[in-house]
Amino acid sequence: MELVFALAIGVLAGSGIWLLLRPRTFQVLMGLTLLSYAVNLFIFGMGRLALHRPPVLTGHGPVDPALYADPVPQALVLTAIVIGFATTALFLVVLLALRGSTGTDHVDGQEPAE
Amino acid sequence: MNAVLEHLIVLPVVVPLLTAAIMLFLPESARRTRVTLALASVSAQLLMSVALLFLTSDAAHFIWPEGVGVYAMGNWNAPFGIVLVVDRLAAVMLALSSTVALTTLTYSVARWDRPGQPFHSLFQLLTMGVNGAFLTGDLFNLFVFFEVLLAASYGLVLRGTGTPRLRAGMHYIAVNLAASFLFLIGVAMIYGMAGTLNMADLAGRASALSGADRALFDAGAAILGVAFLVKAGSWPLNFWLPGTYSIAIAPVAAAFALMTKVGLYAILRLGTILQEDATLAGALFYVGMATLISATVAMLAAKHLARLASFSVLASMGILLSAFGLRIEALTGPILFYLVVSVLTTAAFFMLTGMTDRTRITDPPVMPEDDPAPRPPAYISYGVRPPSVVQEDEEAGIAIPGAMAFLGLMFVCCALLVSGLPPLPGFVAKFALIRGALQGEQVTPATGVLVAAILVSGLTALIALSRVGMRLFWSAAARVTPRLRVLEAAPVGVLILLCLALGAAADPVGRYLDSAARSLHQPDTYIRAVLATRPGDATAEKP
Repeated sequence: MELVFALAIGVLAGSGIWLLLRPRTFQVLMGLTLLSYAVNLFIFGMGRLALHRPPVLTGHGPVDPALYADPVPQALVLTAIVIGFATTALFLVVLLALRGSTGTDHVDGQEPAE
Repeated sequence: MNAVLEHLIVLPVVVPLLTAAIMLFLPESARRTRVTLALASVSAQLLMSVALLFLTSDAAHFIWPEGVGVYAMGNWNAPFGIVLVVDRLAAVMLALSSTVALTTLTYSVARWDRPGQPFHSLFQLLTMGVNGAFLTGDLFNLFVFFEVLLAASYGLVLRGTGTPRLRAGMHYIAVNLAASFLFLIGVAMIYGMAGTLNMADLAGRASALSGADRALFDAGAAILGVAFLVKAGSWPLNFWLPGTYSIAIAPVAAAFALMTKVGLYAILRLGTILQEDATLAGALFYVGMATLISATVAMLAAKHLARLASFSVLASMGILLSAFGLRIEALTGPILFYLVVSVLTTAAFFMLTGMTDRTRITDPPVMPEDDPAPRPPAYISYGVRPPSVVQEDEEAGIAIPGAMAFLGLMFVCCALLVSGLPPLPGFVAKFALIRGALQGEQVTPATGVLVAAILVSGLTALIALSRVGMRLFWSAAARVTPRLRVLEAAPVGVLILLCLALGAAADPVGRYLDSAARSLHQPDTYIRAVLATRPGDATAEKP
């Protein structure tokens, strides 16, 4: 499971970084999105991977923490998802505005000289 | 009494948040109400930060005897709950941020805050993010407050019209989003290794780590440091900064002058709490030197005043980073003094830029005549009402006499402050830095390089500024005398006067900053105060 997880993060982050360095705004947007997926998975993985362990305590009396997953990274991921989503949406608006005002989707607002 | 005062810690975050929220419900026509609310909120923040400055000082022993105030959110104990912490450094930064906020907001009221409704809300959220970042005692909340201030700054930087602004805004957003991902990776790695995000708790747990865990922890801290360096604008991660700052409208750029210092504050805070090993700090010195050198060269090449001001932000950041990278404890006090002076100076400088820009006679923009199909601007194609064009000199406000003389005088003051010449306190700050560097136990080559670089960059700044100044004020080319309103002129004057006052009161201010630096370098007090918090009934539980 760890290997698959690590490979998934690696592939997402690698493609994200590659797209981030591309000259078209939509590619940059996609790159940022993939990168945010990779980062979110990474945060989740930092709470250690485990199966069949709830993050929320149930029942009364003394509890054995080893039976539960670490809830903090899950909370962090939620926050990071929300923030990343909002800023990506904002980026999309700026992308469209730039496309509308320059007529090109190059990140510098003009086509490179041939 | 004390119970009331303790809530003072959370107010610099709550007040701007509430103000921003209330303003959203006001109709667009209620500009006067909005301006009043905004000014009241920022003035309240200034009062609060001054109160916090006093309460953390030695003069007030009755509430936080050791100068560290802790506010446990939701009454949860420190390592598990989220805490806001105020110490002397945080109080100084809060006072600085609210001073800059009050002056830039006053300036923006003159004409920059229109058209458009959300300016004041965004501005309040910006101050909320900045204040929160200074106060938080928790790494993840640092991230959240960073995002709050960045999100507000995205909106502010896009104010105004024109393709260059959109382009610079997009670069700015892309770079900062990528940096935020680095921030998250660093935070996650630190949490994965140490199991806590509370900064005070981290200090103890980090030193208990060893071997591979410690290496991973250090890697996480280094990634976090890179994220802070991007936000602080250090070379080679700062190519977004001059473009963004010189294209943003003047009051926004002035408020941004503080934002880079939030990154620096995070480096100062974490660097001293985590007691990073010397290699990372050594890297900080080289990064700072590279920033300083590249900014100094760029200043010589800059033709426009706003770009020059942006590069002066970078130069001051280079000095601060490399001085901190020397790891001389006695230097931290002078670093803070220089930080305060340089923030006030650059804020004044950017506001001045907004006024001198109007001395140029601008031709009406030439429309390309044989454009086959003129494209509608982007906002029309997306169904947004086009913003009405700002009418120059349309609104009320008393103009000041002798506009050119005032501009010239303020320009000279800014130039002296940036280049660090007497009698203005830029000199005092640089002198204190150099003296602190040379008074260390042993003078290393690095110290010599830093001192030389500070002096040379001062000279270069003087050359660049006098060249631009001559072209602005003495050239025979046609210039119009702008009509300056008191609302615009006064904030610049106030900032310069404040700098002068800092220079006159350099002794007490320096002593306060030295004590702030001392408590920064001895984080035990901070750590004890945070971890010992028993919220609620503090006195009853103490043995």
